[in-house]
Amino acid sequence: MAFDYDKYIRPGKLPHIWCPGCGHGIVMKGLIRAIDSLQLDTKNTAIVSGIGCASRLPGYMDCCTLHTAHGRAAAFATGVKMAKPEMNVILVGGDGDGTAIGGNHFIHACRRNIDMTYIILNNKIYGMTGGQFSPATPTGAKASTTPYGNPDPPFDIAKLAIGAGATFVARGTAYHATQIDKLIAEAIQHKGFSVVEILDDCPTTYGRRNKFKSVIEMMNHLKETSVPVKAAEKMTAEQLQGKVLTGVLYKEEKPEYTTEYAKVIERAQAK
Amino acid sequence: MAKKVAFLQGNEAAAHGAIYAGCNFFAGYPITPSTEVAEVCSLELPKLGGKFIQMEDEIGAMAAILGASLAGSKVLTATSGPGLSLKQELIGYGCIAEIPCVIYNVMRGGPSTGMPTGPSQSDVMAAKWGTHGDHPAILLVPASVQETYEEIIRAFNLSEKYRTPVMVMPDEIVAHMRERIVFPEPGEIEVVPRKAPTVPPEQYKPYDTSFGDVPPLASYGTGYKFHVTGLNKMQDGFPTTKAEIVQAEEERQVRKVNANVDDIVTFEEYLLDDAEVVVIAYGSTSRSARYAVNAAREQGIKAGMFRIKTFWPFPDKQIKALAGKVKGFVTPEMNLGMCTGEVERCAQGKVPVLGIFRVDGEPINPDQIVAKIKEVK
Ligand SMILES: Cc1ncc(C[n+]2csc(CCOP(=O)(O)OP(=O)(O)O)c2C)c(N)n1
Ligand code: SF4
Ligand SMILES: [Mg+2]
Repeated sequence: MAFDYDKYIRPGKLPHIWCPGCGHGIVMKGLIRAIDSLQLDTKNTAIVSGIGCASRLPGYMDCCTLHTAHGRAAAFATGVKMAKPEMNVILVGGDGDGTAIGGNHFIHACRRNIDMTYIILNNKIYGMTGGQFSPATPTGAKASTTPYGNPDPPFDIAKLAIGAGATFVARGTAYHATQIDKLIAEAIQHKGFSVVEILDDCPTTYGRRNKFKSVIEMMNHLKETSVPVKAAEKMTAEQLQGKVLTGVLYKEEKPEYTTEYAKVIERAQAK
Repeated sequence: MAKKVAFLQGNEAAAHGAIYAGCNFFAGYPITPSTEVAEVCSLELPKLGGKFIQMEDEIGAMAAILGASLAGSKVLTATSGPGLSLKQELIGYGCIAEIPCVIYNVMRGGPSTGMPTGPSQSDVMAAKWGTHGDHPAILLVPASVQETYEEIIRAFNLSEKYRTPVMVMPDEIVAHMRERIVFPEPGEIEVVPRKAPTVPPEQYKPYDTSFGDVPPLASYGTGYKFHVTGLNKMQDGFPTTKAEIVQAEEERQVRKVNANVDDIVTFEEYLLDDAEVVVIAYGSTSRSARYAVNAAREQGIKAGMFRIKTFWPFPDKQIKALAGKVKGFVTPEMNLGMCTGEVERCAQGKVPVLGIFRVDGEPINPDQIVAKIKEVK
């Protein structure tokens, strides 16, 4: 039987705003399958986003949903989680939202290791505003504000998360759609701050300017440039040139923030 | 039984007042001269099972309190000048999404880093116009330590009752001076709870105006699934660009406060019965003004004071009425004429409005005010 996505979608809220060929919908389907596989109680699950095409995702989901301001999802979500540690808190947003304007909240959520899962839909561009370069746009790429090619070097978002203290970091791609739910499910189950970066595509504002002839070509590019971590172990540095690793990149058990704060309360009350 | 008394600083009183009002979540970022509020909250809230979090900046702190409020907490943040500027975008978010929260801002010299330890009253306009777009504004300006305690309780009550951010702004003098304070008994001052939904989750809409201009707000994690956005929204919380809905919602958001000015606006009338010259003052400046009014009376001048306790909504009605009776207003303030402009608007050219403006980090002294009172002909 085909998977029933509808039971997690808010009645009457489709069609979505995304362009044909946009990768964000693939990620939403992955998130839905992850929520289903874990049988999360949607009444007790908050999905929090910032602003951008990716950040429109929560509006379609039949959960407690919070579409905040540009870049602020992690900080709003921290408030939700601190107030109600028993809730599942999932963050969703774009590369620009999370690593430019929201970069500070992002690294501090990683550092606190607060038990939330952050899904970053990295299409390497500011899609919603028409294709300006983001901190994830490759050097040399064309964007509406890099007409001569992008002079900026990009962030490696997964490395940034690991460096900042996230205790579970994974990467997938929209091409490898069936892997997305598994990565997200594992991230949600991890106790601590987990980051799942999904490389997806924006044919409308990125593909067009960077000589991708079709969405299929963009998807093939995701396929060709990614290598699962296990496979990479057997490859030479030369073979790994220009490739990105996918799968679970990092995992560590460390004290989780709301649990630590519960101890603060115990200590305060013991006095 | 004798009531509990203490010798407290304004900022400490603010934190204790918040706790009396049921505050159980504080998020902040350190900044002089407001930091004591965070320090007291970090000490006291966990004792009561509440939460304190020091965020990475003031934007994060504002975001965290909004998130926590949606999850059912009663929330406070404290800041000063530069921090207030950083919070502004999300204060607007709180206004449009209609999320109760209290923002305590100690007024120091500005703009920018300005004078971190000097008193000022120059944030009163930022309280109303700091965030972009049309929105409601409630601002309370206490003048003593006791009043700071009581006004922060009222701020929580108003934020819950009207489902909107409420600001409390003492100037640095009030925030840092120490005075005797008498604590109210539990139950002595009313604490207003959030209006919870009366319909089951399937029927709940977060902006359902069939319940009036202030629709009930559910909390995340209580069985109610609902959507919150900073976009213009419909009654079900989802974004819309439909002209008539946007117009109606924007008007309701402002009306829910402005149609209730008599419930919100508070003030003190001091020797106004026969007054010919009225000093309009607020915060610590009103303490000098009271002294000046007494001194002027001793010299045979019929002076009085109208003390603003609620700055926004502005006490238009009261000041307009006074303008029809008196010879003139004197408006001392630690800025270059923010309240004065409002008073001029209310005076409608009927009587002169003589301002006294200081932005040098020094309080306005009574002599200056007496001299100005004498200028009113
Ligand atoms: C404070 C603020 N600055 C700028 C914007 C404009 N803005 C909206 S979405 C966006 C970029 C979104 O890019 P990304 O997060 O990568 O999401 P995508 O649209 O690519 O999915 C920008 C710059 C805004 N909404 N708020
Ligand atoms: S503009 Fe790009 S990111 Fe936005 S919906 Fe279209 S394809 Fe997706
Ligand atoms: Mg993007």
